[in-house]
This record gives sequence, C-alpha cells and structure tokens, in this order.
Amino acid sequence: MPPPTPKGTGSHPGTVYFFGTCLVDLFDPLAGLSAMEILEQRGIRVVFPDSQSCCGQPAYTSGYPAEALKVAAQQVVLFEEDWPIIVPSGSCAGMMKHHWLRLFGKDHPLYDKVQAIAGRIYEFTEFLVKVLDVRLDDRGAPCKIVLHTSCSARREMGVHLTSKALLAQLDKVEVLQQEREAECCGFGGTFSVRQPELSAAMAGDKAQALEATGAELLVSADCGCLSNINGTLAKSGSKFQGQHIATFLKSRLEPKA
Amino acid sequence: MSAPQVNSTQPMHFMPGPGFRSRSKEVLDNPFLRQSFRGAMDFLMQKRAAQFPDPANLEALRSQGEAIRKYSLSRLPDLLEQLEANLTRNGIQVHWAENPEQAQDIIAGLMEKAQAPLMVKGKSMVSEEVELNHALIARGMDALESDMGEYIVQLAGERPSHIIMPAIHKTKEEIARLFAEKVPGVDYTDSVDELIQIGRRVLREKFRETKVGLSGVNFAVAETGTLCLVENEGNGRMCTTVPDMHIAITGIEKVVEKLEHVPPLLALLTRSATGQAVTTYFNWISSPRKAHELDGPKEVHLVLVDNGRTQAYAREDFRSTLQCIRCGACMNHCPVYTRIGGLAYGTTYPGPIGKIISPHMLGLEGTGELVTASSLCGACGEVCPVRIPIPELLIDLRARSQSGGPDPFTPQLKGEGSNRKPFMALAFSLWSLLYRSPGLYRLFAWSATRFRALAPRNQGAWTRTRTPLIPAKKSLHELVRERRNQ
Repeated sequence: MPPPTPKGTGSHPGTVYFFGTCLVDLFDPLAGLSAMEILEQRGIRVVFPDSQSCCGQPAYTSGYPAEALKVAAQQVVLFEEDWPIIVPSGSCAGMMKHHWLRLFGKDHPLYDKVQAIAGRIYEFTEFLVKVLDVRLDDRGAPCKIVLHTSCSARREMGVHLTSKALLAQLDKVEVLQQEREAECCGFGGTFSVRQPELSAAMAGDKAQALEATGAELLVSADCGCLSNINGTLAKSGSKFQGQHIATFLKSRLEPKA
Repeated sequence: MSAPQVNSTQPMHFMPGPGFRSRSKEVLDNPFLRQSFRGAMDFLMQKRAAQFPDPANLEALRSQGEAIRKYSLSRLPDLLEQLEANLTRNGIQVHWAENPEQAQDIIAGLMEKAQAPLMVKGKSMVSEEVELNHALIARGMDALESDMGEYIVQLAGERPSHIIMPAIHKTKEEIARLFAEKVPGVDYTDSVDELIQIGRRVLREKFRETKVGLSGVNFAVAETGTLCLVENEGNGRMCTTVPDMHIAITGIEKVVEKLEHVPPLLALLTRSATGQAVTTYFNWISSPRKAHELDGPKEVHLVLVDNGRTQAYAREDFRSTLQCIRCGACMNHCPVYTRIGGLAYGTTYPGPIGKIISPHMLGLEGTGELVTASSLCGACGEVCPVRIPIPELLIDLRARSQSGGPDPFTPQLKGEGSNRKPFMALAFSLWSLLYRSPGLYRLFAWSATRFRALAPRNQGAWTRTRTPLIPAKKSLHELVRERRNQ
C-alpha cells in the first residue's frame, strides 16, 4: 500500500521567515533565491533576517555542542515574530526543530524561545504541501528525473513524501525510481572526511544507483547530499548532476521561453 | 568421527588501537566480500519487513517493548534482587561478576568443581564479551561452540561477525573447505544439508560426554525466577539439559519483572532478528533437576555480568543503551555495517549497538574513532524494536569522547575526552566565532565568493573521491540585499 499523499491545510500565512542555511548561502544561493521567489509568487512576504548564518549542525553532530550552542543561540533571537520559519534543507530543519531542544536543554534561558520556534519550523517542500497546499502548473518541457531525499528529511522531519507530492503535480516530469531509495548517500557532515573510505563507498553506490535510472537530472531538497553526490559524479567524469528542488520547481513554473 | 581441537587460534574480540579505518578499508577494497554482505543484509531486511506488514501494529508493539524495557531499567536494582531471591528459591545459584575477569574466574571455578576439562557452549554474546574461551584455554580447559555459526568461526579460528549470525561473513564454499580440512574423516561437500549433518554428528557426541553446558539468556524474569532462551538449532536445549551442570551467563540489564513482559519482547526479538514469528526453540529454565525427575542438569548457575553496564545505567542520558534486546536489526539496516561487516569494528558487539554500548565496556579510549563511524542516517533508530535513540546517543558519545561534557559536575564516562583532536577543536572554535559574528561572517562570505578562484583544489579527504567545493559568485545574503535595493 503506497503511503498516503500528505494533505495541506490550505491556510495562507501572510509573512514567513526564511532561513537560508550555511551551505545554500555559500554554495547554492540560487536554491535559496528560488525558494524565496516561489513563496513570493504565492503572495507571501518573505523576511530574510540578515544576521542568520548556520543552525550549528556541523559542530553538534561532530561532538562540539558548546560551539554549536553559541552559533545556534545567535540564530534563535532572529525569529521574534510568530511567523513560520522556512528552511530549504531537511537536515537543518531537523536540527532546528528537534536537536535544538536537546542542545539548549531545559535550563537554558533561551529554551522557551527554542521550544516556540520548534513548532514553527518547516522544511521548504513541507510548507508548500502541508500548509500552502499549492497546485503547480508545469510549463517546462517533458523530462525524466530522479529524487533523492535526505535521511534527516525522511526520518527526522518525515517530509520525504512532500517532495514526491510536489513532483507528482508536474505533468511533464516523470520521476524514476532508484534502487535502495532510502539508503544514506554517505555525506553525514564531518563523517565524509573523518571516515573518507566509508563515505566514498556509500556515495559511490548512491551515485551509481541514481545514474542507473537513466534520469536526465537528479533533484534533492538537501544541499549536503547534493554536494556529496554531485562531487562524486563529477569526479568520476559523469555528466549527470543534481539540482536543489527549489531551483528545479522554479524552472518548471516559469513561462516557456 | 572425533571432534577436532579447534579453538586455540581464535583471536580476541577487542582489538584496541586505531585500526578501524584500515580494517574497514580492507573490506571496502574487496568487491566479493562487499557483494556478499550486501546480499545477506538485503535478505535479512526483507525477512524482517515481511514480519511487520502493518506499520501501525509495528509501532504499537515497539511502544510496548520500549515501555517494558524502560520500566525494567527504572527498577533495575530491585528487580535484580528479586530475581536473585527467586532463582535461589528455585535452586538456581546466582553469581555476580563486575568485570570479565570475575566472570572467567567464576566459570572456571565451576568447571573445576565439576571436574570438567571441556564445556559445550550454546550461543552467548556475553561469553564472547568476557573472552571466556581464551580464559578457559589459558587455564588448561576448553570450550566447544555448538551453535552452527559459532562452531564454524571457531573451526576457522575467527570471531563472530554478527551477534545473531556469527558466520555471515563466510560463504558455503569456504565452510565446505573448512570442514574438509578441520573435521577428521570428512570429505569436501558444499551441500548445506550435509554440512549441517556433519556438524550435528560431531556435536551430538560432545553433548553426551561433556559435564558442563553453557548458555546465554534472552530474558530473566524476576517474579518467577525464570531464565528464557531463544534458539533455532536445539543446541541450546542440549547445552541446558544434557550436561550435569548448566551455567547461564548474561548481562544485568536482561531482567524483566513479570512473565507477561516476555511475549511482546519475544515477538519483537525474533521478528526483528531473523524475520521469524517465533524461533524453533524457546526454553524456559526454572530449576535444576528435581528429586522425582529423570533428566535435566543437577546444578544450574547464573552468572550476572556488569562489565560497564552500571555506568550506562547510572547516567540518565545513556541509560537507554541498556534497553537493547540484541536482535541485530540495527546492524542489518546500517549502511556502514552492510559495507564492512562485523569484524572491522574490533569489538564484541559490532554495528550501531556496538558503537553505543562498547564505550561503557571498554572506555571511550578503547573504542576510539568508532563513534565517528556513522553518517547519523538514522536507519538504526528507525528499526530498533525498543526505540533506542542510537543516533542521539552517538552524538553525545562523540561529544564525550572529544571535547568533554559541557557540564563539569556530571560524573565522567570512562575515557571521556580521550579522543580530543587539538586541530579539530581549534577548527570548531574558529568556526563558532565566525558563524556567531554577523559582521565577521559577512566579510568571510564576501571574500570566499570574490576569491572563489583561489579556493583550494585539494580539499583533503573530500577531494579524493569528489570534485572540490567552490563557493558561488555571490552569497544568498548578498543576493537578497541586492534584491532589496533594486
């Protein structure tokens, strides 16, 4: 039995915060911009707090909670209004929604704020599907793609189905199925450099499974996975590459040239 | 057909030192082994999935299992006392071992008392954990493994590579060659049925002759003083009923309060482990042979082993480690274990559960880089039948192993801070400064994007198998500012 398609509430918040994430900021700003524009096209005011940087995940998962806490505390105070916070990455969203509570702990003066924020965190595709209940009008040319959802999106945020639901709305896009869809790509933050042989083996298998579908393009909602898979594919001489789902959706929604 | 002398070449479980990376690399470079692990784990994952067709039922059962384990641990000292009292009342003698050496001494002492130079062993990971076979050999005694997988790894002079399927790293052909070479009077055959028959014949003789049998314990029931043992081959029943003395060995965390706590845990254990609704044998051991009975052991002993478990118990944040019922599902679903198998870990318990429990047994200095060997993908936590938050525990152990805890008043874990890498610590201090200072970050992002052509092409381990990470022309911060000013 296929899992049920997530249903949206169809509510329409007037304003949202956008938390770009550190990887998007430096390595794939187009993904962040595309996500913001898609929201704006739906009449939503998108507020980008200038002092934002990173959710603290790299230090937290590497075993440096004190360093992670200092960075996270700098972010927590940026979301004073009661607006949803949109994050174009499942793993950063999972960090802010779930792990911040553990990281700060009940005795931290910011704990109440962190708790309030946790209820307002949405991964980008989750927000489009579960809150906005968007209907997408596919204006692109027919194409075949394959979707990789990150482990955090799948297991922490439970939003792997929302990316699928969005892509299913695109009439001319065929989503192909890779082998072992749910298996990790081997990124894991500093895991990729602390256990490079293991990480490379996982990334190699993932890249191969994705490419073997014969898709023209890989789409994913996580920049960590994308940099790992894209880097592995490119190093092996492959022309097959991945794109952030926001960038891909944006390209489908624009009028044909 | 006589039984071979087999076990003098088995290596120790615990391989200290920084060998994990080189051992795992060895397996990664062996396409045949990788293929074989992959196939075995795929098979086990499918078998488990077939036993849990309804996600809602699975979650309900997991909730029940988790609650039983949490409850049992919350009353651990009381339940252990109750267990001891009721076992003693039933005629089962209870021994306490704080560490592997004490467990070895107790068991060797019992064998001396029974005047038994040899024991037959059912499958027991705790006996592996205390390196029992080595200790017995050092005292001029011996142990013969009777679980088929354990028998194979003992014949091969190896260690178990999986807690449920010890010989999963060996192919049928390897086992066929091993039997032909090591078991006297056996010709080469790669028929699985014949191989099993050969093993059975050898072991059957030994069950008859040997005065001491050893087994593990899956659950110990406090209110009745009952030991439960799950198995598929019948060797467990032989070890616990035929020899005059039965010695059971287990960890102190295996106790549950009531008989009614066993069925849900049993349902989770066998389904998660081997994809069976129930195992072929389920043994309830409640006393030695009684006066009017014709068979059964004359003495039954239970050795309860701590070996670091009280450290995990004493710390609220690590107690859930002890919820484990040793099903091995976390291994079968782990993308790391799937690629390297169990031997590379260098600890008795491999895979995700091994990474979180071994530090309490061996100290964080002993398990070293093992805590880093996970992408934190969460597959282990997702399948754990008693919902141990394995990824979160790993994150906390990483912190404990490297930077020390944020709270200096909490009692330290064994080996805390022993894996601190000054370079890594400095890097994260600088990272933290940069990412919490908006002005500094703005300058950094501006420089990184403007001078992107200067980004290093060699980015260490990252670029060995990937192209370098090159910053975009402008950061998102900058693009957003530009849009605002348009």
